[in-house]
Amino acid sequence: MTGTAEHVPPAEARAAPLAPSAALNRALLASVFVIAACGLVYELIAAAASTYLLGDSITQFSVVIGVYLAAMGVGSYLSRYIVSGLVTRFVDIELLIAVLGGFSAAVMFLSFAYAGPGFRVVLYAIVVLVGILVGLEIPLVMRILGERLGLKDVVAQVLTFDYIGALAVSIAFPLVLAPRLGLIRTAFLFGLMNAAVALWAVWLFRDRLRAPRVVALRCAVVLAALAGGFAAAERLTQLAEHQLYADQIIHAESSRAQRIVVTRWRDDLRLYLNGNLQFSALDEYRYHETLVHPALAALPQARRALVLGGGDGLALREILKYPDIESVTLVDLDPAITRLFADAPALRSLNGDALNSPKVKVVNADAFVWLEASREHFDFVAIDFPDPSNHSLGKLYTTAFYQLLKRRLSARGIAVIQSTSPLYARRSFWCVVTTLESVGFEVTPLHALVPSFGEWGFIIASQGPYAPPARYPEGLRFVTPEIHPALFGFPKDMARVPAEVNRLNNQVLVTYFESEWRRGSAE
Amino acid sequence: MDRRAFFGAGAAILAAGCSPRVPATPPGDLLSTSHALGHRLRDGPFPAAGETRRARVVIVGAGVSGLSAAWRLRRAGFDDFALLELEREPGGNARSGANAVSAYPWGAHYIPLPTREARATRLILAELGVLQGDPDADRPRYDERALCQAPQERLYRNGTWEEGLAPLAGRTKAEAGEWQRFHERMRAFEAMRGADGRRAFAIPLEFSSRDPALLALDRVTMRDWMRGEGFGSEAVNWLVNYACRDDYGCDYRDTSAWAGIHYFASRGASARDAERDAVLTWPDGIGFVVRGLAERHGLRAVPSALVHRVEEGARGVALDAWLADEKRAVRYLAEHVIWAAPFAFAARALAGAPPALVEALRAWDYAPWLTANLTLSEPPHVHHGAPLSWDNVIFESDSLGYVVATHQGVATRPGPTVLTWYRPLSGEAPAAARRRLLSSTRESWAEAALADLARPHPEIRAITTRIDVFANGHAMVRPRPGLVWGAARRRVTGHRGRVHFAHADASGISIFEEANDRGVGAAEAVLAALGERAKSVRWAG
Repeated sequence: MTGTAEHVPPAEARAAPLAPSAALNRALLASVFVIAACGLVYELIAAAASTYLLGDSITQFSVVIGVYLAAMGVGSYLSRYIVSGLVTRFVDIELLIAVLGGFSAAVMFLSFAYAGPGFRVVLYAIVVLVGILVGLEIPLVMRILGERLGLKDVVAQVLTFDYIGALAVSIAFPLVLAPRLGLIRTAFLFGLMNAAVALWAVWLFRDRLRAPRVVALRCAVVLAALAGGFAAAERLTQLAEHQLYADQIIHAESSRAQRIVVTRWRDDLRLYLNGNLQFSALDEYRYHETLVHPALAALPQARRALVLGGGDGLALREILKYPDIESVTLVDLDPAITRLFADAPALRSLNGDALNSPKVKVVNADAFVWLEASREHFDFVAIDFPDPSNHSLGKLYTTAFYQLLKRRLSARGIAVIQSTSPLYARRSFWCVVTTLESVGFEVTPLHALVPSFGEWGFIIASQGPYAPPARYPEGLRFVTPEIHPALFGFPKDMARVPAEVNRLNNQVLVTYFESEWRRGSAE
Repeated sequence: MDRRAFFGAGAAILAAGCSPRVPATPPGDLLSTSHALGHRLRDGPFPAAGETRRARVVIVGAGVSGLSAAWRLRRAGFDDFALLELEREPGGNARSGANAVSAYPWGAHYIPLPTREARATRLILAELGVLQGDPDADRPRYDERALCQAPQERLYRNGTWEEGLAPLAGRTKAEAGEWQRFHERMRAFEAMRGADGRRAFAIPLEFSSRDPALLALDRVTMRDWMRGEGFGSEAVNWLVNYACRDDYGCDYRDTSAWAGIHYFASRGASARDAERDAVLTWPDGIGFVVRGLAERHGLRAVPSALVHRVEEGARGVALDAWLADEKRAVRYLAEHVIWAAPFAFAARALAGAPPALVEALRAWDYAPWLTANLTLSEPPHVHHGAPLSWDNVIFESDSLGYVVATHQGVATRPGPTVLTWYRPLSGEAPAAARRRLLSSTRESWAEAALADLARPHPEIRAITTRIDVFANGHAMVRPRPGLVWGAARRRVTGHRGRVHFAHADASGISIFEEANDRGVGAAEAVLAALGERAKSVRWAG
């Protein structure tokens, strides 16, 4: 037997009355349960975080688990070099694990945001270090318990609680911890538990430690640091987010529908929804002028307009340049967006305070459902929906939707639809064209270069033949009759390709869009 | 060492720190068929009728078949009929419910694109605006909103959702090859015509070939046929058993091979703007169709009417019914009766009928089913794999999975919804299963549904606000070998008298088109017997 160099002679411990000794064993086994749970949770956090950040869950999980187990083996081997001060070493190791494991998730997320490619180094450094330390833990506990129990009992009981602890956390992690607490908070919580075990061990073995108060103080410091981390988890998330978005974040909120982030860099304002860029103030006028004017300037009789999507008020701003427009209804799903763009001074100056215009009526509703219930007619409809990246959004690009749209357009009315990029998602773009044609619209596609997006496409859908206007309102910065050939001409690399009609019962557009986007991102 | 104390401590830590407290079963109602009322048919006695009512025609049963018969009579301008229904609501297996979140089905939830042979079905769909244009067109156009939206189906297997129902990921080439071979075989059956020139497997099955080589398939079970054909792989066997349980509530070891193949080889109708395996569905399943029929034609059933005695005479039929809601007995004197209720009940109600007919009627037995409608405060969470579909199947589960009532909606933000979970009690003898079904509590079935759904959706309990359960003791006829093309069905459908046997039981498989065609056929037979001139709306070949 080793580890008898504490200042209290081992004989004394052995001679202790049976009840306290049994209580001690029990306490140690309970801590085995806890540290086994902690040991596994860090492994799961590392695997989950790397999956979350790098994707490819099978690879991330197997490599992280493999490396972690190997490191544990190393730790177990290293335990033979610990010959004295078993309890002190045990407490030290617990505290190290508490710090490393507890901060692991936060460090991983921050390093992904700041270090970029260095993330993998940080990830595996954490995995290896925590693995080694966890590998050290169990042999030490066995030896401490071995002082009072036989080998047979120690192995049986320690391993039992080791495995039960692992089971408990492996069930709790996907069901409760990851979804409810998140990875960063979970890591801190289990760090706290490791530190608590250390503190408990100090108390249990206070007689055997040379300077129990110093060790206890160390525990307290670690506990305080982890508690601070737990409390600041939200701030840490924001810190990582701030780094991921290149610019200063001037507004961030999570509405029921989405995560809304507005950034500013010098005079550029940018809106991100769920991390996807919606516009940059530097070039959004190109997008919104092309969306609105070629159609609306061709409709001198237009009085009533409708905007679907476009809660940022930028399309509204362009529509309100026509004094003859008497009323505009804007239908956007997310009240948080329309509120933000009606209230925030910087955004109000960008959209010309369009959302507060007396001509404008804002409706927060699902556009398809709203259109189905509507009995009004509109002379001009601007459709600015998100791209068809899933089946829910895909419904807004189907024959069923366009048939409704057709019914709500006045006899000579025109609708314009933002239709993703004819360059990067060529088949998707022409699929929308084909779908609009199939419900009986006259279709005129056009496109513009919006630097922050790339080459972007729109489709004018009219009840009769469309002729581009001869003149535009004063003060436009991009659209003029002179650039008509560039707007309406489609070079070879964006020219029409055959595509199926997008219907509710096939949703081919989502399939096209997914495959084109995947190919685009791989290039 | 006190082990229990440690396990107790471990459990306490688990309970306190890791797992959520197990909440009570979500609230809900237990619906069941008027089982107690139905039992009176067996046990009696009934008081003498205090009132005699006259109608030239009485239709017993206001499910799809009875409503179709009434529809056909109305279409011919014939109004002198009474429609009697055992339950409080019409609809039979097309019954549906609704709450603040959505309408939802209690039974059948779709109609495959009808083939040209299913002419009456096509006419009804045209009346309801679902089929647009010529109902006899080879490829009609259907209302886009009635066609099942994409994505249509997905399968949960090995911890992930796969698109479609093919459990093929990770299988060997041989298994994938067998899967292919099975489907090719079914395609061949679909294209096949018998020696008499008719389609081998038609819907309605009345229009199928009588080629003895094909009818021989009705003498073996689907499983034995598959064994004989060398279809041994787990994937194909799972699919075929799933299909038999789904359509017939009957394990493929008990299902006739003819009926089993019919499922795969009878559809294949095409339509403009739809895939060939497209289906028509509504939030309330096919409740939409029966409601539409009843509303358009003002078809009203006498509810809670238990027909306990039907005596066929030379000049008319005397029919005794117990009106449970009014607690009184009435007698109907009719010229003709259309029996559009399960045949097993006719065996008990027919008085003075030829013994051979009564004996034949006893050949029908029924699969008990359980349906649970789970109201969810939010849609099931997004996991890896195929997205939430209309039909969501769990591989190798006792259940058939669930359909999503709001799938046919157009809202772009997924919100609260209703899942309809189906569980045929197909693995045990029907009588024992029925006893178990009807003696179990709503809570136990609700828990069974939650346990099944928790596999793909661990969060299901937390987001379920309500579970309504429907225990249907006699949900549908089981097409065991010999029922569809055997002597009993020949005897019953060949009966020429004043009682006309409609109901899907007359076909031996319980699907909308069969019930519809049998109801329409019986109504046309009655019209002919009454001397009314009416051109048949059924398929004329």
